[in-house]
Parts: sequence; structure tokens; C-alpha cells
Amino acid sequence: MYVYDEHDRLMAKERVAQFRDQTARALAGELEEDEFLPLRLQNGLYIQRLAPMLRICVPYGMLRSAQLRRLARITRDYDKSYAHFTTRQNVQLNWPAVEDVPDILAELAEVEMHANQTSGNCIRNTTTDQFAGVQADEIADPRPYCEIIRQWSTFHPEFAYLPRKFKVAVNASEKTDRAAIQVHDIGLQIVRNESGDLGFRVHVGGGLGRTPMIAPVIREFLPELDLLTYLESILRVYNRYGRRDNKFKARIKILVKALTPEGFSEKVETEWAHIKDSPTRLTPEAIERIQGYFTEPDYAELSNATDQLAQQRFESRAFDQWLQHNVDTHKKPGYAIVSLTLKETGTPPGDVTDQQLEHIADLADEYSFGEARVTHYQNVVLADVRQDRLFELWQQLGPLGFGTANLHTLNDIICCPGGDFCALANAKSIPVAEAIQRRFDNLDYLYDLGNIDLNISGCMNACGHHHVGNIGVLGVDKKGQEFYQVSLGGASQHDASIGKILGPSFAQDDMPDVIAKIIDVYIDKRTEEESFVDTYRRVGISPFKERVYA
Amino acid sequence: MPDIIFRDGSICQNEWVVVPRPENGESLTIPEQPALIPADLWLENRDQFAGKRDIGVWLDGHDEPDVLADHVHELPLVAINFPKFSDGRGYSTARLLRERFGFKNELRAIGDVLLDQLQFMKRCGFDTYDLRPDKDIRKAARSLNFFSQGYQAATDTDLPLFRRRAS
Ligand code: SF4
Repeated sequence: MYVYDEHDRLMAKERVAQFRDQTARALAGELEEDEFLPLRLQNGLYIQRLAPMLRICVPYGMLRSAQLRRLARITRDYDKSYAHFTTRQNVQLNWPAVEDVPDILAELAEVEMHANQTSGNCIRNTTTDQFAGVQADEIADPRPYCEIIRQWSTFHPEFAYLPRKFKVAVNASEKTDRAAIQVHDIGLQIVRNESGDLGFRVHVGGGLGRTPMIAPVIREFLPELDLLTYLESILRVYNRYGRRDNKFKARIKILVKALTPEGFSEKVETEWAHIKDSPTRLTPEAIERIQGYFTEPDYAELSNATDQLAQQRFESRAFDQWLQHNVDTHKKPGYAIVSLTLKETGTPPGDVTDQQLEHIADLADEYSFGEARVTHYQNVVLADVRQDRLFELWQQLGPLGFGTANLHTLNDIICCPGGDFCALANAKSIPVAEAIQRRFDNLDYLYDLGNIDLNISGCMNACGHHHVGNIGVLGVDKKGQEFYQVSLGGASQHDASIGKILGPSFAQDDMPDVIAKIIDVYIDKRTEEESFVDTYRRVGISPFKERVYA
Repeated sequence: MPDIIFRDGSICQNEWVVVPRPENGESLTIPEQPALIPADLWLENRDQFAGKRDIGVWLDGHDEPDVLADHVHELPLVAINFPKFSDGRGYSTARLLRERFGFKNELRAIGDVLLDQLQFMKRCGFDTYDLRPDKDIRKAARSLNFFSQGYQAATDTDLPLFRRRAS
């Protein structure tokens, strides 16, 4: 994992001093509310429905145990002893006091954390696959590139006041796309060209929100060393020509659409021709230096613990289920990737208490080289667990609330904070998630249904990624009443697509029934091999419509 | 005359006046003192203005800096207008003028110029800042100097941090 050097440390400290000064001036009335707004947003501070909310950055989802422990302490000292993992691999505090925020930032800086650019119209945290570095089929570890982008985008003087927020995601596997790069402003797919050189396929202009869009490719192959100059060119074109007259038309996707992907690409290439060979061009040494922070941990030479695991699975059905659903294959023999689900029914998806944060830290230290990862499914991953210790680990998870073996099932719901916390919400989302989880409480039934992404957002801003849920739920406001619109067929992986709206929206109480009917149609129509989204793609939306609105 | 902030945080007397774009039908009136006029009007009357030490131009947020590409040596001062402080186009315009078109004389930020944006303006090549009058000009030096360095190359430095680290 990346470790700060003296430059990073100094800038983190300077940033805290700067925000302290800005907060003091805001509290003294020297800054108008609209002048303080972008300053606090670029430091992750929202003023929410009930209290301020502070979004802390977790660069590409990676956390050390010491950072988890510090987060736990901060939630105790400054908040209500819990935090929330977001769908963009960050952490949110829901109840800090504005005047405490500079102190919180100072505490974060001590463990090399910050809240820079976690909100506002700037370049946000770069996200990637939560299995980066440990999966067998990745072309190269994406994290060094994410870190390179983090440094380049941090306090970038030209791009601090973009027309709108800007999100970059990097994916490294050709087969899976856990980073959902095609719904980002820039999606970078790591590839090798015919001569075997490393580079990126560049997608620009994806996004959710009001106008969901799958990002077109604007360059098939960008050599590795050209990463930053090319990003700078894209951002410059966007900064200059993106719409600023209408907030809803200000994302880069609208510009790409207006110019056409070809037209946009041409503008970027013209710009790039000028700065391609500028000093911003990366050097092999610069990349190697960052890669040096992401070397393999001290793995033991092991072979797969197949027999031992078979025996343990035979003895415990619950362990067997957990292994099937929450444990993934590791590139190294004898190791495994473990997902801790934070989706226990009754707990808002992604919420963790201070004690749970400390438990995760302890588990990370004991089983996974002291590191943990946040996923955009709002779960936590221990990436390097020895197979011969899986059973022992599993036994501890149940009592801690991480043991629910529902990863990727219908109950592994992605859900934004919604109307319970968020000032922008049209409707609550957490109670809907809970009602659905209660309705589908039989794990065997959930397993039989296979992988289904159910995503819930409390408004059009789509923080819960409802458009790309196989089943998407969106809170809408109908004459002051909270209603829910359902869409089907969205997907976020390599086969990314935007869901189609089923029809008129539903009242909150009806939601579990609506979901149940949708699932019934799937069960009736599916062939043996088909996942929910496969069946949907084959039979279309009509059978679902007929059943739900019958 | 109000004051103007320099890149190093020092404060000087401002001698330049910004001439607004004339309304329809009105003609451009050039005042006695050094004046900044809309760039397109300067171009139209270039014969008259070029090389004058007391006539400069200003560009608005949406103006293309390319129009000045061939004339950067004829202008003592170029100002870039920030219609709203949250409108970031001026940062790109400034870098292009400096880094692409080689403008070497004074580059000034005008319009909705507040304290917390000065650091970015400085890195993008602005020399002087015409702070909005309701803001406390004595705090400018502090706002300009919160950071001792940056990660990126910009107008103020050719070397991004990754190149400085290597040496
Ligand atoms: S989707 Fe809407 S309601 Fe949910 S967190 Fe985002 S802005 Fe708030």
C-alpha cells in the first residue's frame, strides 16, 4: 500500500492548516455561504438534512489497520460511534460538528488520510477493483495507476472548478469489471497492445444520474507513459467547453454526446498533440517508484488446502455456503480473498460501528497482512487470507455481524443513505432495503436465485447506482409522497447497460411484494443456466410488467 | 485607485482600468489612464493599439485565447475575467496563454476574484489579482502561501513532483 513521503506529509499538513483557516473565516462571517460551499465540499463536508456529513477519502478503497482504528476513534470522539461505507469506496461520518472538522482532518492526516476532493466540482477519488493485485487474470495491478492519478489530481490548479464533479475508475481484468468503469466520467481499462506494451483503453462520458450513459471508447490504446498528459487533455477540453449554464447538463457525458464521441476525441487529440511530450509525461522510473509500494506481501509458500477445506465444508453446511459465496479465488496457491458483508438485515447497508471498525482492523492484522479494502458494494474485503485459516476466521465473523453469506445475492443490496440522512433525497432508501431483506430471509432461496444486483437510490443523483442494478429502485416524489420507481435489466460489469423503467411507481409498503413478483417471473421463465439478467435479456420486460401490474 | 495583489502577496497601486464592452451602438471610449479593452475590439483596431504600453486587453470566460496567439508580444497586459469565482475556465485560458502562446508580460485576474482561489491562479500563471473589494486584501499573502509545493507541473513549474522526487 502507498506510504506518504515527506512531500505528501507536508502537503497533507498544509491542507489541514488551510481548511482550518477557511473554516474560521466562514464561522466569522468573512465568507458568504456560497463562497464557503465549494471550499467545504472539496474537503468532503456537506451540510445535510439533520447535521453536517463528512466524507473521508479512502484512495481506491485501501485501508491499513491503523487507519481503521483511527476512524473508529474519530467516530467515538466526534460522532455517534458509527460510520458508513459509500458506493464509491469512501467512508462517511453523519454527525460531526462543523467546528470540529479541522481537528478531525488533523487526526486523519496523522494516519495519512484526508477528505480532499471527496465532493464538489473537481476530480474525485479514483476507484478500482477491490480484488486488485490478488486476482489471477489481471493484466497489471491497477493501484499504482490510481495512486499516480491521485497525486496528479490532488489540488490540480487548473481543474479545481470544473463544470461538475468528475470521477475516474480503473479496471485491470479483461473478464470482469468490478470497478464499473463504463459508468464513470473516465473509465480506464488496462490492456496490452499487439506488441505486448501496456496501456489503457480510454472510455469517456459514462455516468448515472438524470441522463444515464454508457461511456464510449475515445481511444483504443493509450501508452502507459502518456496517462497523465492524456487525462490533462480530456480535463482541459471539459473545463473549457463543458456546460456551465445548467447543472443537469454539466457532466462530461453531455459534452461527449453533443460533440459525438468522434468529435470529442478529435478535440482531445488536438490538445494532446501540444502537451504529449511535456514534463507531465510519466517516466518509467516514476511508475516503478509507485509500483514499489504495491509489491506482494510476504506470502508463505503454500499449496491449496483443498482436502482440509473439503472436510470442513462437509462438517459445516453454513461454512460451505459462506465459502461458496463470500470467498474468491486468489492468484497465490493456498490463499483466498474473503468478503465481509456489511448487509445484516436491520443494519443500513454499509454502516459499521466503531467496534466493528476495530474488529475489522484486528482481523486484518491477524489474517490479511494488516490491510482491508472497501468495495463499491459497501462491503469489506480481506484480500490475503490463508486457506488453512478460513474456518477459524469464519467462526469469528458471525458474532461480529460480518458473517452473512449473502454476497451478490438479492440481499446484498447497494443502498444510498437516502431520506434518513440526505438533504437531496426524494424518499427514504434504508427502510426499503430492510423490508426487502426481511422478505427474502431464506438463504437457500437466495442462493437458488443466484447473483442479483439490487440497487436503491433515494433520488436522481443515483448514489445507489440504481440504473445499473439488475433491479433498480429509485425514490421519487409524487405530490409530496415518497414513491419508488423500479427498473430492470441494468448491469455494471463489462456488459454494462442501463435498466429500463418497469412502469408507474409504487408505495413503500408495496415494495417487497413488487420485488417478489419480479422474482417469481424470473423463476418461471429461467432456464437452468440463466442468471436473472440473462433471463431478462431473453424474455424482455413485458412478462414482468404483466405480473407486477396485474 | 484600489490596490492590486502581486504574485508574492505584496500590494501595489492599480493603474489600469477595465473598459467594459460597449453596449450596442455605443463606441469604445479609451480613458486617459492605462486601459484594458475587450480583446476582440483590440484586434479590430490593432493598427491603432499594437505596441502601446498603456493599452492591454481582457478576455472573458468563454473567449478563446487563440485569437491572441500571434500578438502576445504586442500586449503589455492581458486580464482574464472570472464571471463567477466558481467558473474555472479562466485557469485553462491562463495556462494556454502562458505555456502555449508564450505570453510573457503581466497576466491579471479580474472579476469575481476571491482569496481562496489565488493559490490556483498563481500556479496557472497569473501575476496580479484584482481582489473583489469586499474581501480583505491583507489576507492575500496568507492565502497565496498555504502550500509550499504542488504535485503537478503547471505554469509556475515545469517539474511535476514525480520528476523532482527522482532527482
Ligand atoms: S442518491 Fe440522492 S438521496 Fe441518495 S445519497 Fe445520493 S443524493 Fe442523497
